[in-house]
Amino acid sequence: MPNNPTDLKYSESHEWVKVNGTEATMGVTAYAVEHLGDMVYAEFPDAGTVLSAGDIAGTLESVKAAADLFTPVGGTVTARNAAVIDDPALLNKDAYGSWLLKLTLSDPSQLDKLMDATTYDAYEASQ
Amino acid sequence: MALKRTPLYDTHVRMGARMVEFGGWEMPVQYPSGIIEEHRATRNHAGLFDISHMGEFIVRGPDALKLLNYATTNDLGRIEPWQAQYNFFAAESGDVKDDTIIFRFPDYYYVVVNGGPTEGDYQWLEELAKKYNVKLENVSDATAKIDIQGPEAEEILQKLTAVDLKPVTFYHFTTGEVAGVTNVIISRTGYTGEDGFELFFPAEHAEHLWQTFIDAGAKPVGLGARDTLRMEAGLPLSGADLGDNGRDPVSAGFGWAVKLNKEDFVGKAALQQIKEHIARKWVNFEVTGRGVARPHYPVTNTSGEVIGEVASGTYAPTLDKNIGMAWVKPEYAAPGTEINILIREKPVAAVVRPRPMYKRQA
Repeated sequence: MPNNPTDLKYSESHEWVKVNGTEATMGVTAYAVEHLGDMVYAEFPDAGTVLSAGDIAGTLESVKAAADLFTPVGGTVTARNAAVIDDPALLNKDAYGSWLLKLTLSDPSQLDKLMDATTYDAYEASQ
Repeated sequence: MALKRTPLYDTHVRMGARMVEFGGWEMPVQYPSGIIEEHRATRNHAGLFDISHMGEFIVRGPDALKLLNYATTNDLGRIEPWQAQYNFFAAESGDVKDDTIIFRFPDYYYVVVNGGPTEGDYQWLEELAKKYNVKLENVSDATAKIDIQGPEAEEILQKLTAVDLKPVTFYHFTTGEVAGVTNVIISRTGYTGEDGFELFFPAEHAEHLWQTFIDAGAKPVGLGARDTLRMEAGLPLSGADLGDNGRDPVSAGFGWAVKLNKEDFVGKAALQQIKEHIARKWVNFEVTGRGVARPHYPVTNTSGEVIGEVASGTYAPTLDKNIGMAWVKPEYAAPGTEINILIREKPVAAVVRPRPMYKRQA
């Protein structure tokens, strides 16, 4: 059984979100990184970009495949993780320590639709 | 249709490989070590590849050479017994049906083809063979193929066989006993840009030989790293770099394997015409901007006009660059030419480079 961090919320497309007031920090789960393989490229929208829940919020590429990153919550991009852009392999080392984007939430109630760690553990195991 | 499995399927699963579909086969794309580490293991030590999906045919009889010289673009009359030749099956249009390596034994030819097209290639050869006094045999299912590639490949294989490997030079082969398995075809060929060997033997010995090579220090490598290794080495993937829609061997730069001065062969007339009017060329490129090129991405010139399409692309672990191969209009084929790759509709700078981009130190 997977054992994902309990202080995060999770989407069905394998992103994680950490909430601090109206600021959300997002990344991708260890499952997603494991599935993609060795990461070699990352790009994200500029700070100031306004995103709706479900929008494409960047691209992650492994040696073998390119994958869109979706934001499970809407908001305005406030920061991108330059360390991951410089060295996408950081994601392979620690998916939860390597955040991708920070957003100011436009509608914090969207968080209610996300899974908690226990639910996501079961969801991941069913994939 | 159910996917085909090689005799090593269970072994791959047990080793934690991720299995994917490739040409109708369920193949390991990577082991837990990952593509980059498997790529480096092959460049620096020795990589072990299960290539049992590839097809093998035996062609014998008085007209074997005649049939094969009609079916292929290269001239098999030029090789001696115990020599192998890179070659193409062309369509009448000149397009590549498949690429192949043909091994000349003293009394027959051994034809090695890609996994996906195996059945089609065999039926096509059977059809052509009706006019010749030959006997064809498809031994693909009974045959396993393991490649060992890398600077330590010879040393590892030499410990497992009494056959002296030194005299077996590039594109030559021999047969002999390897780790108790008799009559193994041992060929100094490969698809990685490294020194190494391809071994063909009865399928029932696959697990034993695989494990023996692992125990001797070779690292298992999946199709993911096989792809990055061959791209660095400038080697084409049939069906992607070569194939339909004008991806013919002459335009691709393999004119040395298309002998237009030999007797008639399938595709000869078309390839003669193509040689006079090359409409596109197959080039290597390096992405100098940010992004990874993938198959089918459009290629433009610096004014934004579409001039071609990416055929293969990847992050190249040894070069630590994003590279690829593309079909472009001939005026953009010279090394140093600046082009753009449209990555998610955005032009990203790239430069045509000489092929191959990686060459091992002799």
